[in-house]
Amino acid sequence: MMLRKIFPLAIAAGALAVAAFWFLTEPKVEPAAEFASPHTADLVNGKTMFDIGGCVSCHAKGKEERTHLGGGEPLTSPFGTFYPPNISPDAKDGVGGWSEAQFVSAMRDGTSPSGEHLYPAFPYTSYRRMTTADLRDLFAYLKTLPPVQGRAPPHDLPFPFNIRRLVGGWKLLFLNAPRFTPDPAKSAAWNRGSYLVNGPGHCAECHTARNFLGGLVNDERFAGGPNPEGQGWVPNITQKRLGSWSEGDIADFLKSGMTPEFDSVGGGMAAVIRNTAQLSDADRRAMAVYIKSLPPIDGPARPPKK
Amino acid sequence: MKLSTWFAAGLFTAVALVSTAVIAQQDPIAARKDLMKANGRHAGVIVKMVKGEEPFDAAKVKAAFDQWDDTAAKFGALFPDNSKDGDTRALPVIWSDRAKFDAAIAKFKKDVDDNRAKAMSGADGLKVALAAVGKNCSDCHEAFRKPQ
Repeated sequence: MMLRKIFPLAIAAGALAVAAFWFLTEPKVEPAAEFASPHTADLVNGKTMFDIGGCVSCHAKGKEERTHLGGGEPLTSPFGTFYPPNISPDAKDGVGGWSEAQFVSAMRDGTSPSGEHLYPAFPYTSYRRMTTADLRDLFAYLKTLPPVQGRAPPHDLPFPFNIRRLVGGWKLLFLNAPRFTPDPAKSAAWNRGSYLVNGPGHCAECHTARNFLGGLVNDERFAGGPNPEGQGWVPNITQKRLGSWSEGDIADFLKSGMTPEFDSVGGGMAAVIRNTAQLSDADRRAMAVYIKSLPPIDGPARPPKK
Repeated sequence: MKLSTWFAAGLFTAVALVSTAVIAQQDPIAARKDLMKANGRHAGVIVKMVKGEEPFDAAKVKAAFDQWDDTAAKFGALFPDNSKDGDTRALPVIWSDRAKFDAAIAKFKKDVDDNRAKAMSGADGLKVALAAVGKNCSDCHEAFRKPQ
């Protein structure tokens, strides 16, 4: 009797929970109206955003390739292997047929043109800080590159990470960075550096430790942690570790990959240097000004060496 | 010079050579780190010349290229099977794909030798030579070394 009353209630509650989950994890898109007025693209700025954004590091095959963005090179992570997609302007396999609203929805909300969640291996958590004008310039620049045919294989992810809808739940927790707003109390160089480092440069995605759900530990931003792409440790880039580096040292490093002790950086940072080497001296200097301003904080403790 | 002095000098050299070899055999990790630190010290001198912070000095350029040649000659032997673990950032791929690692060392040696004359020719040549040789540093550290 009692059971007969509770049972439908339980069903209703369950259905409500499913509906709530479905509603809350609905992929978001940018309103098309925002892109109704035509944009005069600045292709030089678009290339700057492309270089600092590090698009080639995941979407191009081979270290020297900077224009053919056919994707497909495996990207290993603790959650499985991702195959970054084709973002060349090919109309069929790439982004050639995308609207600006669709492109910006991918960059800002992690939503594909077909309305699916994209995995946050694609660092839209950082890219969402970028201005609309910069994203439109970047999209215009991408369209000047040669189209590449062919699609990447599907991601190879174990259960439950293969359920895309769950990314919607992850986004509720971790996709919350605001659009970049300059700090009027700081210099223009600092603001430019903060924008490049936190937005398109997405430095925090590797230089900040992650919790067990794969979200950044915000209290330890830029304080380093285990390498999310494999072995070893990503260094702390706050003044805890870089206190002895001058702004000039940091700017030089972003150009040449040489530390002040004349060690040539390797690992994943070598690919980053190939990107930052493309920037202007002023942009590298701005990044250095910002990085030099990061207060010294401790990151997670390194496990003892064998 | 007396024969005994020659003999003493010869003996000293022999002992020095043998002990270097023994140290390398006993502690290859320390030996390869020492080589890399020396490479970096010489690279620092060259970078300062290229930036114009220090005047071009052919003797220092020669010393750097000699150092790098020496590293290329010795380096491959410093990764025996028993040196995978320990206080090292060497990646396992060095042992699992030895041919790739050896090819990278051979390329480094070739680039050092091919660019030596250009580097000795003056500041402009040195800049080009440093870029060509220096690329080997980042390429190898990218493929064969842990971030930290």
